[in-house]
Amino acid sequence: MSVLYIVVPLALLVVAATVVAFVWAAHRGQFDDLDTPAVRILHDDEESGRQ
Amino acid sequence: MSSPDLAVPRVTAAQTIGAEVTCAHCQLPVPAGLIDDGADRQFCCTGCHTAFDVLHATGLDAYYRLAERRTEAVRSTGRAYEEVDHPTFRDLYVRPLTGGLAEVELYLEGVHCGSCVWLVERLPRIVPGVARTELELRRSLARVVWDPAVVPLSGVARTLDSLGYPPHPFRGVEREAMRRREDRAMLARIGIAGAVAANVMLAAFALYSGSGAAGIEPQYERFFRWVSLAVVTPSMLWPARVFFAGAWSSIRARTLNMDVPIALGLAAGYIRGAVNTVQDSGPIYFDGLATLIFALLVGRYLQQRGQRAAADGAELLFSLTPSNARIVDDVGIERDVPAEALTPGMTLAVRPGETFAADGVVRRGRSQLDLSLLTGESRPVSVDAGARVFAGTVNVSAPLEVTIEHAGEATRVATLLRQVEESAARRAPIVETANRLAAWFVAAVLILATATFFAWHHADPARAIDNAIALLVVTCPCALALSTPLAVSMAIGGAARAGIFIKGGDALERLAAPGRILLDKTGTVTEGRTALVAWRGPDWVRPLVLSLERESAHPIAAGFRAAWPGLDAEPASESLHVAGGGITGLVRGHRVVVGSPRFVRDQAPPGAGGMDIDRELDPSLTPVLVAVDGSVVAAAGIGDPIRADAAGAIAALRARGWTVELLSGDAPSVVAAVGRSLDLPADACTGGASPEDKRAVVEEAAARGTVVMVGDGINDAAAIAAASVGIGVHGGAEACLSTADIYLTTPGLTPVVELVVGARRAMTVIRRNIAFSIVYNAIGAGLAMTGHLTPLVAALLMPASSLTVVYASWRGRAFGGAGERR
Repeated sequence: MSVLYIVVPLALLVVAATVVAFVWAAHRGQFDDLDTPAVRILHDDEESGRQ
Repeated sequence: MSSPDLAVPRVTAAQTIGAEVTCAHCQLPVPAGLIDDGADRQFCCTGCHTAFDVLHATGLDAYYRLAERRTEAVRSTGRAYEEVDHPTFRDLYVRPLTGGLAEVELYLEGVHCGSCVWLVERLPRIVPGVARTELELRRSLARVVWDPAVVPLSGVARTLDSLGYPPHPFRGVEREAMRRREDRAMLARIGIAGAVAANVMLAAFALYSGSGAAGIEPQYERFFRWVSLAVVTPSMLWPARVFFAGAWSSIRARTLNMDVPIALGLAAGYIRGAVNTVQDSGPIYFDGLATLIFALLVGRYLQQRGQRAAADGAELLFSLTPSNARIVDDVGIERDVPAEALTPGMTLAVRPGETFAADGVVRRGRSQLDLSLLTGESRPVSVDAGARVFAGTVNVSAPLEVTIEHAGEATRVATLLRQVEESAARRAPIVETANRLAAWFVAAVLILATATFFAWHHADPARAIDNAIALLVVTCPCALALSTPLAVSMAIGGAARAGIFIKGGDALERLAAPGRILLDKTGTVTEGRTALVAWRGPDWVRPLVLSLERESAHPIAAGFRAAWPGLDAEPASESLHVAGGGITGLVRGHRVVVGSPRFVRDQAPPGAGGMDIDRELDPSLTPVLVAVDGSVVAAAGIGDPIRADAAGAIAALRARGWTVELLSGDAPSVVAAVGRSLDLPADACTGGASPEDKRAVVEEAAARGTVVMVGDGINDAAAIAAASVGIGVHGGAEACLSTADIYLTTPGLTPVVELVVGARRAMTVIRRNIAFSIVYNAIGAGLAMTGHLTPLVAALLMPASSLTVVYASWRGRAFGGAGERR
C-alpha cells in the first residue's frame, strides 16, 4: 500500500490545479452573468448559416 | 409606406392571423386607421416600421425567425440623445479603452427575451463604428464598445432607441465594479472551500473505515492525518478568513455577531486537531471544519444574492429617470444638459410627453401631469403656475417651465429609492438563523466530544478515542445548516417554474401563517389601463365618437378604440382638440362633441336635453359626454376595469384566514367603489394615500404582525420594501418588481393564492427537516457517547442523514403541482 505515498500527493496536485483554474476563471469574470450565455448559444451563427 | 423590394415570405405569412391584420414587427393587431392597403407589410406604429427597416437594410431578418418574439409594440422615444455627447456625461459614464475605443454601460428599456440579446449584440452590423456589444439579460445592461471617432454615442443611442430599446446611462458603475470584485472573491472562496471539504472527507473516510478491529496500519493512519492537516490548512488560511475578520471586528466593536462562535469553533477545532496530529493521538476535526466552512460560505453567498437583487432594482430605477433635461438660460435660449448638471434655481423646459428630471415649482404654463409613478393616481392631475412638480412624473398635455428646487439625490423619487434600499438591507434572512444554530451546534459537539473522550478515558481508555470520533462524525452540522436553505431553494425553484419569483426564504416563512394583505388598487386589483367600462346611449352614436377619437393620442381615445375594434369610422373634419376638455368635429354633417361634462355643456346651446345622463354612471368612473348637434345623447364611463380573477382570489385568501385590505393613492371614492364590488368592508379600503403614507401604514401594521403588500408601481416600492413580505405583480414598474421579495409574472391575483398555499407547504417541509435533523443528531450523539456506535457505522450514517434531508426537501416540492398548470 506504500503506493499511497505517491498517489495521494499526486491526486492533491490535480486538485490544486483544478482549484487554481477555478479561481482564475472566477476572477476573469466567467461566472458574472449566468443567464445570457445560455440564451446566446441558441442563436445560429450567422456567418456560417449563410453559406 | 410600401416597399415592394423587401420580400421576406415568413414575415408576410405571419402577418394575417385569421381576419386580423398584425404588425410585421411585433405581431400586435394593426389599428384600422393605419392599414395601408397597398403595402406588403403592415405596421402598428412608426416605431415598429423603423425597427423593421433598420433590420432589413442590414440583413438581420433572421430576427424574425427566432422563436421568442416581442409581445409589445416598439416604444421608441425618438429623442436626439444629444446629452450623451456632452463632456459631463463622458466624464461620468464613459471609460476610454486602448486603440481609441471607448466603453459605456447602458441600461436598456424593453429587453425581455433571447431575441433581444441576439438583436442588441448585432449592433456592430447596424452601426458602423461600434466594435462590440454584450447584453446581460437579467438586468438589461448592455456594454457597448465603440469608436468615438467614427460615430458619436448619440448615434448609437438613437439606433438602440429606434429598435425599441431606449438606452439610459447605468448610474452605478463604480458600485457595480466593487460588487463584481466581491462576488468573484466570494466564488473563489467557495470553490476552494468546496474542494478542500471534499478531499478532507476522502481522507476522513479512509481513517474512519480503518479505525475498526481490522485496522489501518499505523503509518498509513499517520499519513492520512497529516494529509488531512495539509489539505484543510489552505481552507483555514483563505476562505475561513472572512469569519476571523468578521469576529475580530465584532470584538473590537464590543458586540457579538455570529462570526464569533464560528471563528472560535474553527480556531479551537483546527488547533486541537493540529496538536493531535503532531502528537499522533486523539481526534482530528478537520472533515467537520472543512464542511462547515463550505456550507456557511454557500449559505452566505445565496443570502447576499437575494439582497443584491433588491439593490439592483433601485439602481436600475434610478437609471430610468431622465438622463438629460432641457434648461432655459437668462436670455431664453434652450439647451440640453445631462441631469447631473442640474442645480436648484435653474429653469427647466419640459415638453408634453417628457419626464421631469428634477423637483421644482411651475413658473410658466398650464398642463396636466401623470403622477402615477409617484402616487398611483390613474387620472391626470392639472397643474398651474406655482404648483409643485416632481422628478419621475410625466408632463402630459402642454409645455411647462419649471424652476428647480431639488435635483439628483435630493429629489423625492431618489429619497424614496434610498428608503427602498435601506429597508431591503435591514432584513434578517432565515439563513442567518440556521447558520447561527449550526455555529452553536458545532460548539456543543466539540464540548460533548471532549467530555465523551475524558469520560471514556477513565472508564475504558481503549474506546475513548473511537467514541469521540463517532460522535464527531455522526453529528452532522450540514444536515441542520443545509436542510433549511435546501428546502427553501427547492420551493423557490418550483415557484419560479409556476411564474412566481421569490427572492428570499424569509418571505416564504412569513407567508406560511395568515396575517394582513394590503392590495394596491391601480394595476394590482385593476388592470391599470384606461378603458371604457360603462356606456349609456344608443349604438348609432358609437361610430361618430370613434371618428373623432381615431387619431387622438389621449388615453381615453385609446380606451374607445380598444372597446369597439370592429367599428368602421370615417375621418372627421374640422376636428379640434381642447386640452383638459375634449374634442369637437364634423362627422357626416353632424356637429359632434366628446369630452368632460363641463366642456360638453359649455358647447351645447342653453336648454338642450339629456344633460343629466352622466348621473346614471357609477361615481367612481370618469364621465365622458357625447353631444350630437347640440343635444347630449350618450354618456361613457371611463375607468380602470377590475381584474377578472380579483374577487375569487380575494375570497380564497379570506377563506384561509387572511385579512384583505385595499391601500391606494387613487381618490377615496374610487377605492371605496372598487372595494364594494369586491365585497370588502368599507373600513378596509383606504384611498388618497401618498407613497409616504403607504409606507407609514405598512410600517405601522408590520410592527403588529405579518403584513403583505401587493403592488405594481414605484409609488408602492417603499411600502413593498417596508412590508414583512412585498409582492410585485405582473406588468408593474420594474423598480417595484425588483425591490419586492416576490414578483409574479402571470397576471392577476390568483398567483398570490398559490403563493400562500405553497409557502405553507414549504414551511411544513422545513419544520419536518429540522425536526428530523434534531432527532437524528440527538439519537446519534446519544449512541456515540454511550459507546454504541463505531466510527465506521457513524461514517455511513452521516451521509445517509444528509441524503434523507435532501430527499425530503425534493419530495416536498411546495409548488410542484402548480408548475404543470401552464
